[in-house]
Amino acid sequence: MSTTGNGPLVRVEGLTVDFPVGDGVVRAVDGLDFTLGAGEALGIVGESGSGKSTVAYALLGLHSGTGARTGGTATVAGVDALRAGGDDLRRLRGELAAMVFQDPLSALDPYFAIGDQIAEVVRAHRRVSRRAARARAVEVLDRVRIPDAARRSRSRPHEFSGGMRQRALIAMALACEPRLIVADEPTTALDVTVQAQILDLLHEVRADTGAGLLLVTHDLGVVAGSVDHVLVMKDGRAVERGPVTQVLTAPRGDYAKALLSAVPRLDGEVAPGGAVAPGAQVAGGAVAPDGAVAPGGAVEPDGEVAPGGAVAPGAQVAGGAVAPGGAVEQDGAIAPGGAVSGSGSGSGGAVSGSGAERVPAARDGGTGPGGGGEPLLEVVDLRREFGRRGAVVHAVDGVSLTVGRGETLGVVGESGSGKTTLGRMLVRLLEPTSGVLRFEGRDIGGLRERELRPLRGALQMVFQDPVSSLNPRRSIGESIADPLRALNRSMTDRQVRSRVESLLDRVGLDPQWYHRYPHEFSGGQRQRVGIARALAPKPRLVVCDEPVSALDVTTQAHVVELLDELRRDLGLSLVFIAHDLAVVRQVSDRVAVMRAGRIVEEGPAERVYRSPQHPYTRQLLDAVPVLDPAGAADRRAARREAAATAAAR
Amino acid sequence: MSGYVLRRLAGMVAVLLVLSVVIYAAFYIAPGDPAQIACGLKCSPAQVAQVREQLGLADPVYVQYAHFLGGIVAGRDFSTGTAVMHCHAPCLGISYRSGEQVTSMILQRLPVTGSLALGGMVLWLLLGVGTGLLSALRRGRPTERALTGLTMAGNAVPVFVIGLMLLIVFCSTLQWLPFPSYVPLTSDPQAWFWGLLLPWVSLAVVESAKYARLTRSSMLETLAEDHIRTFRAYGVSERRLVTRHALRAALTPVIALSALDLGTMFGSAVLTESLFGLPGLGKMLVSSVAVVDLPVVVGVVMVTGFCVVLANAAADVLYAVADRRVVLS
Repeated sequence: MSTTGNGPLVRVEGLTVDFPVGDGVVRAVDGLDFTLGAGEALGIVGESGSGKSTVAYALLGLHSGTGARTGGTATVAGVDALRAGGDDLRRLRGELAAMVFQDPLSALDPYFAIGDQIAEVVRAHRRVSRRAARARAVEVLDRVRIPDAARRSRSRPHEFSGGMRQRALIAMALACEPRLIVADEPTTALDVTVQAQILDLLHEVRADTGAGLLLVTHDLGVVAGSVDHVLVMKDGRAVERGPVTQVLTAPRGDYAKALLSAVPRLDGEVAPGGAVAPGAQVAGGAVAPDGAVAPGGAVEPDGEVAPGGAVAPGAQVAGGAVAPGGAVEQDGAIAPGGAVSGSGSGSGGAVSGSGAERVPAARDGGTGPGGGGEPLLEVVDLRREFGRRGAVVHAVDGVSLTVGRGETLGVVGESGSGKTTLGRMLVRLLEPTSGVLRFEGRDIGGLRERELRPLRGALQMVFQDPVSSLNPRRSIGESIADPLRALNRSMTDRQVRSRVESLLDRVGLDPQWYHRYPHEFSGGQRQRVGIARALAPKPRLVVCDEPVSALDVTTQAHVVELLDELRRDLGLSLVFIAHDLAVVRQVSDRVAVMRAGRIVEEGPAERVYRSPQHPYTRQLLDAVPVLDPAGAADRRAARREAAATAAAR
Repeated sequence: MSGYVLRRLAGMVAVLLVLSVVIYAAFYIAPGDPAQIACGLKCSPAQVAQVREQLGLADPVYVQYAHFLGGIVAGRDFSTGTAVMHCHAPCLGISYRSGEQVTSMILQRLPVTGSLALGGMVLWLLLGVGTGLLSALRRGRPTERALTGLTMAGNAVPVFVIGLMLLIVFCSTLQWLPFPSYVPLTSDPQAWFWGLLLPWVSLAVVESAKYARLTRSSMLETLAEDHIRTFRAYGVSERRLVTRHALRAALTPVIALSALDLGTMFGSAVLTESLFGLPGLGKMLVSSVAVVDLPVVVGVVMVTGFCVVLANAAADVLYAVADRRVVLS
């Protein structure tokens, strides 16, 4: 067997993978070709179900023995990954190619120390003593900068943080110095600051070891700074490929364009023609199908892109979107919340033509907190503790905020920041330990369940996981009808039915689907059901807890759009909780940044994102991957420098 | 940790107290006059009254119960009319029927039932976990179907039918084995083993089916987990995947179930004991219930309860040892 002195490291030709399903088969990968040279990095991007992970698995021969049928060829360092068996297959797995999995908690064995698990991989490939394998484990753990690696190698996975676990998985991948590292969604389960660190680490490791990298992800921002070439997959086929800069700035195919434009931008623009997947409706119809903006509509949505300023690559792509003359700063866009009157509504009109949905509340008649009138919800020094004596956790530690009528308040924070606890208290799914929770002027923080009941309809929640938050044994119509029946016993079945049908229609689902069950729907559709259920009792405040984080980017855009539309049409107030800063920016009038149970910074979205005051906000913003490859490289350098100075201090 | 042990012990005592109250109440309500039984059928009413006085049966039930608890902690004295018999702590009373001390009656029979239960468990775990494992690894193949059929058949046949068949075949027809009897392990280990082999086997045949099912499903579940996939993707051999990574996780529910079963076995091995003529606790319990021999019944139930509670505590500790994420608190 030759281990390719010449020729590419990975050669995939006409790869097909079929999974047997019931009587038939599902073709997950359909005639894929690509090559990856030694030391190169290729990103495979696609939404869920595109077949991208199936390709990654094929390269490690992980389909053999599973019932999946493979066709075509896939060679890795000269080994036929589709047909190898026995020793060849074992050599391929771990020694020639190594995989970094998505969820670092479940990907490690909970029963064994991390160092032992890595040592086991070493001993699967090298004839070395237990002690030498253990030493190698410590060496690679140190290499991925696990502090005090020798000691921490004796920890079990649950004693590591998410980021450290992902580092440990990368260490495992490095253990036998593979020629190819396959990373399958390596940062999807991680917070944004940790994501940046892990991507930097992968980049660095590749540079040092000369290994090739195949990065599989749904997130275009992740590939921007990490790979040389990109391949976009849809339905098992490659629909776009090329150098990363080209794909991210000047995609040729419609799908890649749609994908790119659906990515929420940190700079707050909805790229013209963006948030608008093919077929979606655009108010005013001023957006040409190719994403270019008709001359008349070339007003920057929020008027925030100063000429020559930070222009996202997406904006450049759209060609002419940033019309110099149009880049006028508009009062309405920057002024906080409700302080805007006339000029605001004017800009609103102008904006609708460009497909930008997000405009501060004042523009459509909402009353911001500063706009007079009492806020819908007012929270003062709200606290919530968990646990008992000795082990008390202050999940929410003195939060004060307001939500105006018709306003959207975004709450961003990393995992463990207390944002979900806060959200649950706002709708009184949780009782605050202390503090004031005033809804429509009445303190509801200490109300008992019976006293709360009349208010339950007014306070609703949309949950993160549309799969587990719907009862799989009830039809979606019944799930939506439940809160109606609970709140209003006098409604007849017929009234309930027609109300549910109109709700289904309202969230963009076919009313005929009343009797269908959740498993028949896609993630985005299920989340629409969740939204319809929240809307059923005619709420005045809806708290959305990570409503789109489980969804694909194009679906995300549609759901976000729907929420914003509903807020406008129904005069709702929204609290939008998410870890994704860009998504929050897209929907929020004001933003609160949470960390360790406190709000470190709060203000109009515009201001917080443009000139963050708190260092933590800045750190978060810096960590968000950008779509511009050159920008990504700059940011990486900046992060490295920051880390170096921090270390030097 | 010491806090955990204390709380756990308090919980065990509470469970046993509740158990004793329930069993006491049940028998207080039950028909039959214990004094009459203790005295014998030929007793005159005066004699019965005297016995009732001696046994303290004339006292209100809560006083009797208090004496019972006091006896466990400090021992108590019984007057038999002519002499006073001291019953050392932990005293579970004296049998109405035979006048023997319940504690010593139980201590005599505990090794029999203990040998039966523990040995049976070893065998049914080997059999059950073994077949479960094999059917998980040979999933969907003829081996699995055959094994599933066999264990189901074993489970479907009552223990006394299996026991009887075994007796006829191995002891009577082939004469390979002696008829089962109990010889203490300490006096002759070989005789102990051969004497109990058939009872063990019949218990194992019946009990192993559910262990096979449990092991199979939990093994399949574990093999589908992400961390197994990780090591497979790193070229670790299938055998090692199973023995080192999957087995440990797959066996945790088995630990919990065997603890429960072991505890219950102390009180419910009666069928097996009767069939093979072993002088165990179950046999004694059944015969005592028939004659309303309250102290013996309460005593056996307390000891069985104690075994159940103890086995469960042991299972929790084992659980925490097997899975370090489990924190005992």
